[in-house]
Amino acid sequence: MAPVQVRGTVLTVRRVDAYIAMTVVAPAIATRFRPGQFIAIAVGGAQTSMLARRAFAVHDVRPDHGGTVEFVFAVTGPGTGWLAECRSRDVLDVVGPLGRPFPVPRDPASCLLVGVGAGSAPLFALAARLAERGCQADFLLGAPSADRVFGALTARRTGRSAVITTADGSLGARGSVTDMLATVVQQARTDVIYGCAPVSVLRAVSALAGRYAIPVQALVAEPMACGTGICMGCVLPVVGTDGITRMVRACVDGPVFRGDHVRWDDVGTIPFDALGAPGWKPRQPEAGHAG
Amino acid sequence: MPADLRTRLAHVELPSPVLTAAGCAGAGRELAQFIDIARVGAVITKSVTLEPRAGNPVPRLAETPSGMLSAGGLQGPGIDAFLQRDLPWLLSRGARAVVSIAGHTAREYAELATRLSDAAGVTAIEVNLGCPDAEGGGRPGRLFAHDPASAGQVVAAVRGSGRWDIPVFAKLSPDVTDIVAVARACVTAGADGLSMINTLPGMAIDVATMRPTLAAVHGGLSGPAIRPVAVRCVWQVREALPDVPLIGAGGVRAGTDVLELMLAGASMVAVGTALFHDPSACARIQRELEEELLARGIDRVADIIGLAHQPAVFAADRHGRLS
Repeated sequence: MAPVQVRGTVLTVRRVDAYIAMTVVAPAIATRFRPGQFIAIAVGGAQTSMLARRAFAVHDVRPDHGGTVEFVFAVTGPGTGWLAECRSRDVLDVVGPLGRPFPVPRDPASCLLVGVGAGSAPLFALAARLAERGCQADFLLGAPSADRVFGALTARRTGRSAVITTADGSLGARGSVTDMLATVVQQARTDVIYGCAPVSVLRAVSALAGRYAIPVQALVAEPMACGTGICMGCVLPVVGTDGITRMVRACVDGPVFRGDHVRWDDVGTIPFDALGAPGWKPRQPEAGHAG
Repeated sequence: MPADLRTRLAHVELPSPVLTAAGCAGAGRELAQFIDIARVGAVITKSVTLEPRAGNPVPRLAETPSGMLSAGGLQGPGIDAFLQRDLPWLLSRGARAVVSIAGHTAREYAELATRLSDAAGVTAIEVNLGCPDAEGGGRPGRLFAHDPASAGQVVAAVRGSGRWDIPVFAKLSPDVTDIVAVARACVTAGADGLSMINTLPGMAIDVATMRPTLAAVHGGLSGPAIRPVAVRCVWQVREALPDVPLIGAGGVRAGTDVLELMLAGASMVAVGTALFHDPSACARIQRELEEELLARGIDRVADIIGLAHQPAVFAADRHGRLS
């Protein structure tokens, strides 16, 4: 369903370990939302000097107050700093729900949900949706330290299994999610992987899934300026079903992509064989896409 | 009674002076989710090129104080896809399409104008002169808009290939010593009107990585930060060429900003970077403009074009502010 722009009232602002979880009353967004979609919020007030919207994956929607939307963020700059200072009853300009949601299997399947840091947030609404379809959800969550693992408790409570990794070993296994991936996939007999993590992790997840012939749905969190598709700031190279690589926008063509369609090694560049790349010839038959 | 917002784009009448700026609204499809684009004066499309273009690598955008640095590299599907998909869609929604074109040689611009002339429903052509000139002396970073002669050449090529009844607007860069000279060259070459301003060249360095923030190193600065530059350019060109219709653009985010650029001499005003921040900005700005006009007792928006140029004594008399 088409996104809407609303003025949403802040309901709650909670500190959750290293993150802030904010709930906004936005019934029109809550009713349209499907797991994997995100919202874009204007920061800094009416006369703001910060012109880019800040995009956040939706953690959860609830039916109270007509419909609320919750998202999770860390303070990384002046924009998120301003947002963290908001209190209940402040009013935010919110656009959403944006982007394409996670596709879910038609039949019961064993699903592995991989999240790093605050990237775990959108996985819990997905897990609930998967449960409705009779799917099993296993969690594999990672972060640099224990206070940056988001939702470990919920994962343990709602998932069939939950494996936690931290770089400093302060919670769960020491290391990164990619170290544990193969073990978890084998133990859980995973049929499909959902991932929400930095590009380097998504690349590793997609590569491993390719070896096991498991489909991957990857949610990329590229920085965005508008969230609606007009600024063209969040493009990445994706191979289409016709075999042609195009620079597509993470905000409208994603943020969820099939892991085997994204050219992870070329993210941040314009591959020479991408449609319209310098030297690209329109009338020549397309070369192969072995890369 | 609401004010009459009708304005003229050369010989074409538009229902409102509020347009979308090139490159900030795609071909209207994204914004149509939030506003009725048929009520916008016209949609100036993202610059169309002959061939598809993949654009620049990311990061393409950097937020600066009240501004946005961008170097998208004109990513787009090319003229074929535009004519097949985007233009018919715009027209089907009842919107008016001002098509921005970009190329690397005068011949490319001419071919684009020919292609657009064969298509029905193009309200006007905006010639984006902010492109590197591939044949112009080989100095890198030199844009058509930097030099009156090459700007004039491109406009003449477009004027010579396009249909005579489609107005041609030349989009000027503020990054020149004498914008009036470039403006004059474009009008002499056959431009029906002028559009200003394009972005200002700028750069940002990420102090965390100690590297340029944008992959393309340089980018174009837009947003409210450059509005005073836009007002100055519109003012200067209006003073020198009072009969040439102008599209003002640069940092417009409120109804009063439209008023300011129109008082400086713009017949229409394009909203750009504000659309990143607020996808319904055009509808809001139009509403604000109506309120501002009402508050000043002005019935027709066309009456205020260039009004700031009249001597102070007349202006004061008109508003009864002189005691």
